Amino acid sequence: MSTLTKQNLFEGFLETSFAGFERAREEGKASFLKQGLPTLKSEEYKFTAITKKLEQSITSFQSAQPFAVSQEEVKAGIPTGFEGTVLVFANGHFIPELAIDAAELTFSELSEKPETAVGSIARADKDPFAALNQSSFYGGIFIQIPKKAVVVKPILLLSFNKANEGQLIQPRVWIEAGDFSEVTFITHTINKSETPYFVNKVVEIKGGVNSQIRYYRVQNEGKNAIEASTLETNLLQDSRFTSVNISLSGEMVRNNLNLNLLGSNSEGNMYGIYLLNGKTHVDNHTNVDHTIPHAESNELYKGILADQSRGVFNGKIFVRQDAQKTNAFQQNNNILLSEDAIVNTKPQLEIWADDVKCSHGCTTGQLDEEALFYLQARGIDKTQAKGLLLFAFAGEVLEHIHDESFKNYCTDLVQERLGSKF
Amino acid sequence: MSKDNQILEELTSKEYEHGWSVNYEADEAPIGLNEEIINWISAKKEEPQWLLEWRLKAFKTWQNMTEPEWANVTYPKIDLQSLRYYSAPKQDKKPKSLDEVDPELLQIYERLGINLNEQKKLQGIAVDAVLDSVSVGTTFKATLSKLGIIFCSFSEAVKEHPELVKKYLGSVVPMTDNYYAALNSAVFSDGSFCYIPKGVRCPMELSTYFRINAANTGQFERTLIVAEDEAYVSYLEGCTAPQRDENQLHAAVVEIYAAKNAEVKYSTVQNWFPGDKNGKGGIYNFVTKRGICAGDHSKISWTQVETGSAVTWKYPSCILKGDHSIGEFYSVAVTNNYQQADTGTKMIHIGKNTKSRIVSKGISAGKSQNSYRGQVQVMKRADNARNFSQCDSLLMGDRCGAHTFPYIDINNSSAKVEHEATTSKIGEDQLFYCNQRGISTEDAVALIVNGYAKEVLNQLPMEFAVEAQKLLALTLEGSVG
Repeated sequence: MSTLTKQNLFEGFLETSFAGFERAREEGKASFLKQGLPTLKSEEYKFTAITKKLEQSITSFQSAQPFAVSQEEVKAGIPTGFEGTVLVFANGHFIPELAIDAAELTFSELSEKPETAVGSIARADKDPFAALNQSSFYGGIFIQIPKKAVVVKPILLLSFNKANEGQLIQPRVWIEAGDFSEVTFITHTINKSETPYFVNKVVEIKGGVNSQIRYYRVQNEGKNAIEASTLETNLLQDSRFTSVNISLSGEMVRNNLNLNLLGSNSEGNMYGIYLLNGKTHVDNHTNVDHTIPHAESNELYKGILADQSRGVFNGKIFVRQDAQKTNAFQQNNNILLSEDAIVNTKPQLEIWADDVKCSHGCTTGQLDEEALFYLQARGIDKTQAKGLLLFAFAGEVLEHIHDESFKNYCTDLVQERLGSKF
Repeated sequence: MSKDNQILEELTSKEYEHGWSVNYEADEAPIGLNEEIINWISAKKEEPQWLLEWRLKAFKTWQNMTEPEWANVTYPKIDLQSLRYYSAPKQDKKPKSLDEVDPELLQIYERLGINLNEQKKLQGIAVDAVLDSVSVGTTFKATLSKLGIIFCSFSEAVKEHPELVKKYLGSVVPMTDNYYAALNSAVFSDGSFCYIPKGVRCPMELSTYFRINAANTGQFERTLIVAEDEAYVSYLEGCTAPQRDENQLHAAVVEIYAAKNAEVKYSTVQNWFPGDKNGKGGIYNFVTKRGICAGDHSKISWTQVETGSAVTWKYPSCILKGDHSIGEFYSVAVTNNYQQADTGTKMIHIGKNTKSRIVSKGISAGKSQNSYRGQVQVMKRADNARNFSQCDSLLMGDRCGAHTFPYIDINNSSAKVEHEATTSKIGEDQLFYCNQRGISTEDAVALIVNGYAKEVLNQLPMEFAVEAQKLLALTLEGSVG
């Protein structure tokens, strides 16, 4: 039972004391020990052998320490064309000195806000890794958007990762968007080392009444990195949340995206693409919890899988008994480019109310031979035609990025990956 | 239309119509489950040594297994030690033909609307009637045997065709498959055996009718259908049980083997006692059904109409092993009051150019829970596999639930797999339209539901389709307003 020994190692790691949030940490620790590391028998981790990967890669059960990042490095790491506030993290530790254009933003280290209800949105008992993070996170950040504030320029959360072999990076982000506020977040990661490490990130977002929050992520971890991340949002009346997630690399990535629709007329949108090659394994688990009447959710995830990559999608729409007049839509499409790529998808509906419109669809296939032929017949060579069709397939998701310059940046990234950049 | 209305009216005034039971002298096993009981059953049925050993092995396997918890159903556990594993009507001597069968037993079937008298029969259906643990009689045996078709009770097959039983028993559903399949392998009492030889197209529908009569008894029957090259058979299964306050267990295993170019069509209308309005009593229906398309170009088609049982746990599946083989699954599952159903299918694509199609229609009313749980798996060497799945749910009333758990696992890039699902309720505009034309709300619901389920009902053989339509209307009685 190697799992058990590893758990013991984690236990050892948990013995080290972390400053602040004692109660939340205690709770997280107890919850983690109770749940244990997931095995392939755990329904939620059925296709993602993350524990095994951790056993192989994580050798040093220590939190990675912050390291020096120069201003030049920060400048070089900002996506082309980006204009807005930049907040910098090194190995998950927030570095306030490196912030750019942040004078108007209210933020601080999480430890300076001990009253924050850490774990009240992303609850520890839902996922073992969220629990692990809650027990031992460090250097988190607290961001507050005041009531009625409209932050026009996006806020970039720029992470630099350079963990020593087999270390843990466990950032925690708490975002509060006041009533009637509007804000856009972009997360981006720059890798400084190729060694294996484990990123276990938790982001909690508290959306106010009629708030509009957008959260865009580009996941391009090092090719040996293992990542488990949880993003959970509470949405109140008339508020709207949109997430766009672009997964490009990493050894094994697990994303938990949970939306809790708590106020009527709220809207949750989840979009994602995963373009995988090599042996990358990406697992997207999304969960929309409709608790009240008259709310809406939309979901579209698209995957293109090459080489020996594996894509897992599990989308759950949960409509509670009181959530009448719910509209919930979910779609997952996959294209397999190689014989060895694997897709496991599970679009799941759990509906307890009767007056609802819920649908889901999912397809897995390959490129349309006829479309390919059509383009070739018009003088476009096969690789280009293929790239064009693949981009047409994935591009639909990019349309949901509201920020023009970031959309262009992502388009470039995607086109580069798909070989559709001419 | 008028005839339909008459049928609906007739039926909506009744509750569960097969809720009666008959008292007859029974030959019963002692209560409890242990090796001795298995020895007892085996001895009672005069089974060969190999089958007894097979049973005991299954029992050992079962002892190391735990009851599955993953299904989306909750129910008070059954104490398996308090059940009786064998109950049969007492007969002085073995009846050689149907004429010698106790008329009292034949009456039970007559009352259920199944006539076992060949002369009186108009429809061309051969029936194997199973009462509690034994087969009472099989019709049209002689006609069928002329064609080389073997259609008899399982115990008879063990005696007369041991080589066939030995070859195919457990080949599709191994005893280690799951908790209830292992239990069934250990204690199964009777069931039907059907063998269609090479090149034979079975001229009539074959049918098994299961009836639970005794109290405190579990029914564990086992059906084995083997279709050799180029053979064809259409098989029907029906079932009812008396209305009792306690929950009864039904854990059956059905195995289908289809060789090259063979086609097997298996239709079920499941109408076990669903429990009363307050969720008291009813059958626990934990069934393992699986078919293997072993030969190229073979086809297995499952059609099921699930209206009964308090708790259903059933996944008729197809293993598409032969190249170009086809698997189909058509299902209508209706739950009302406190019924719970967790049902669906597994399509496992192994051979090249295999196709599967899943159409599942769930209807939930009252306080019931209805889940579709299915898997489409395309193995690495299954080139050009094609699957289309559609699972729709219809909700009536705001206290019921409809859930969908589809697993889609693709390991081959040439696969084309589509899945779609919708959940909705009966449109008020549709009801209004019917009301306006003088159709009462209840009739309108029956009408709309039948239309919704039509795609599946069309797959049923004629006689079953009529019964299924009636059942749908009956099950949903009182679910509106």
